[in-house]
Amino acid sequence: MEQIIVNGLFLGASYALIALGLTLIFSLMNVLNFAHGQMYVIGGFITYTVVAQFHLPFVVGLICSAVALAALGAFVERFLFAPVIRRSKREESTMLLAAGIAFFLDAVTLLVFGEKQRGIPKLVPGVFNWDFRIVMPYDRILIGVLAVALIVAFILFMRQSRTGRAMRALAQDRMAAELMGVDVARYSMIGFALGAMLAGLVGGLLVSIVGVNLGMGGPTSIKAFLMIMIGGAGVISGAIAGGFLLGMLESVGLSLLAAYGDITYLVIFASLMIFLAFRPQGLMGKPWG
Amino acid sequence: MIRALSVAAFLLALYIGVPGLIALTGRWDFYYTLTSVALLSIGSAGVWLTFYIGRINIGQGAYALAGGYVAAILITKAGINFWATLPLAGLFCAGLAVLIGLPILRLRGVYFSMVTLVLTEVARLSALALPITNGARGITSIPLPGEVSVFGLTLIPDFARLENPKLAFYLMAVTLMCLAYLVLWRLTRSRLGHLFRSLQQNEDLAASIGVNIALLRVLAYAISSFMGGIAGAGFVVISQSIYPSSFQVADSVNFMLNCFLGGLGFVFGPMLGTLVLYFGWSLLFAAAKYQMLIYSTLLIAAMLVVPNGLLSLPAMLRGKGGK
Repeated sequence: MEQIIVNGLFLGASYALIALGLTLIFSLMNVLNFAHGQMYVIGGFITYTVVAQFHLPFVVGLICSAVALAALGAFVERFLFAPVIRRSKREESTMLLAAGIAFFLDAVTLLVFGEKQRGIPKLVPGVFNWDFRIVMPYDRILIGVLAVALIVAFILFMRQSRTGRAMRALAQDRMAAELMGVDVARYSMIGFALGAMLAGLVGGLLVSIVGVNLGMGGPTSIKAFLMIMIGGAGVISGAIAGGFLLGMLESVGLSLLAAYGDITYLVIFASLMIFLAFRPQGLMGKPWG
Repeated sequence: MIRALSVAAFLLALYIGVPGLIALTGRWDFYYTLTSVALLSIGSAGVWLTFYIGRINIGQGAYALAGGYVAAILITKAGINFWATLPLAGLFCAGLAVLIGLPILRLRGVYFSMVTLVLTEVARLSALALPITNGARGITSIPLPGEVSVFGLTLIPDFARLENPKLAFYLMAVTLMCLAYLVLWRLTRSRLGHLFRSLQQNEDLAASIGVNIALLRVLAYAISSFMGGIAGAGFVVISQSIYPSSFQVADSVNFMLNCFLGGLGFVFGPMLGTLVLYFGWSLLFAAAKYQMLIYSTLLIAAMLVVPNGLLSLPAMLRGKGGK
């Protein structure tokens, strides 16, 4: 049992980071970033390239992933999403754009990094073993701690910094924020860059544990959608709650339902439907207004 | 008058023009492509209807898969004629849509889209896990559609005994497509269409003046899923097989993209969108490994140039000329 909880916490910490990026982008621009999973994959491949091919330290790889993805996010917002939002009659048009970008990033990843499964050597050798009740490799513990640290840093940044405050204002009421003199275009771009950067960072962190391959993008996006539906879209606490909950459910489901075949996600989805029937806005989400 | 003529010209091209051209050029492979386009555009028509009530449906793949499996199981296990399973597949999907739709249609905007997207993935997982679907091996060697006759008079011949089943499949798919769009077109011009539009504009306002929004949105979703089921069942019988991977998340997204590309404000938008996207993808096959790159670049470009769909192009050009 202890083992299941620890596994769930580890999964949850990395899931929550992915969900945070997605929910940030959603709250600022009302855009559902289909390409979030693809950004995660690209982040993973960049860290792999830096660490395994250029033989640089893991931290350098992480920084490269973060910077590259932030630049990508800023570019995508400025030159693709902003013009389409301005010109389209229906705001849903951004979905076509987001899906197009997801396909595009998949294609670029295939051409640049190939279709093989990639991974990097273990960061720390050894396995933590507490009386065979909890068995956890040290590198997983390290990554889990790093993920939690990043979540805390992100929350502090959103609460304390001027940029974070501007973005929270923007998420609350775009028009009011604009009237109060917040540079909406600038902070939308920063927010998108930050969201993409988080996706890339998680990709970089997890490449040392689960590796990375081309096909991971779509399923990762779907998991991220699940998390923010559980927690409530556009709410930071909701993304964290959703991430940890999904991680825990997956961990429990995999060990309890293993006898019945691969039905964990089926059960999770069925429960989600029932849950949403009672609480359509998720755990922490605001009711429609 | 002009409308009647253009409809007649369209039908003439579909039923006589295309088969004639194919016979002349000998490109028999086009039949399969065009049959696929016709069937997929039925699914897209369903997605368009959910757009019409203001919802973004990225779950059509789930219903296409469900419809396909219903048809496949009824044909192979119960020995029912394909022509009888076709409406049954549609009805099964419509019933499923009512069950699933009642809770999830309370969600709005992006929330609804996310649930429907997850639904596609869940459909694939169910197909893998349920005992009746035969798991990852799928259901294969499904027989061709049998004969339909009334009092000894053959209405639809047995496809297995036909000289050219490809043409027969093409005619079947095109007929189904015409029926689906006729229903859609009639629907948008009816009282029900007005009510659906009121949901698209403002659900709360519609509810406040006595429109039963809960009933209407489930109805629209059920019709939409019915079309998805028909498309799936049609696909099963032309490919004579179905696997859990026959309709995936990418297919659901494509159904949605078809509608966007054609134009959400036009009934025939999804048909054009399906044709352009499917043919575009096939034509780019020559580009080999750059196929996906070019395709997605074109999609993004289309979004930047014509954000309201291809059919909005004439109005856009006229608008520019007038200024």
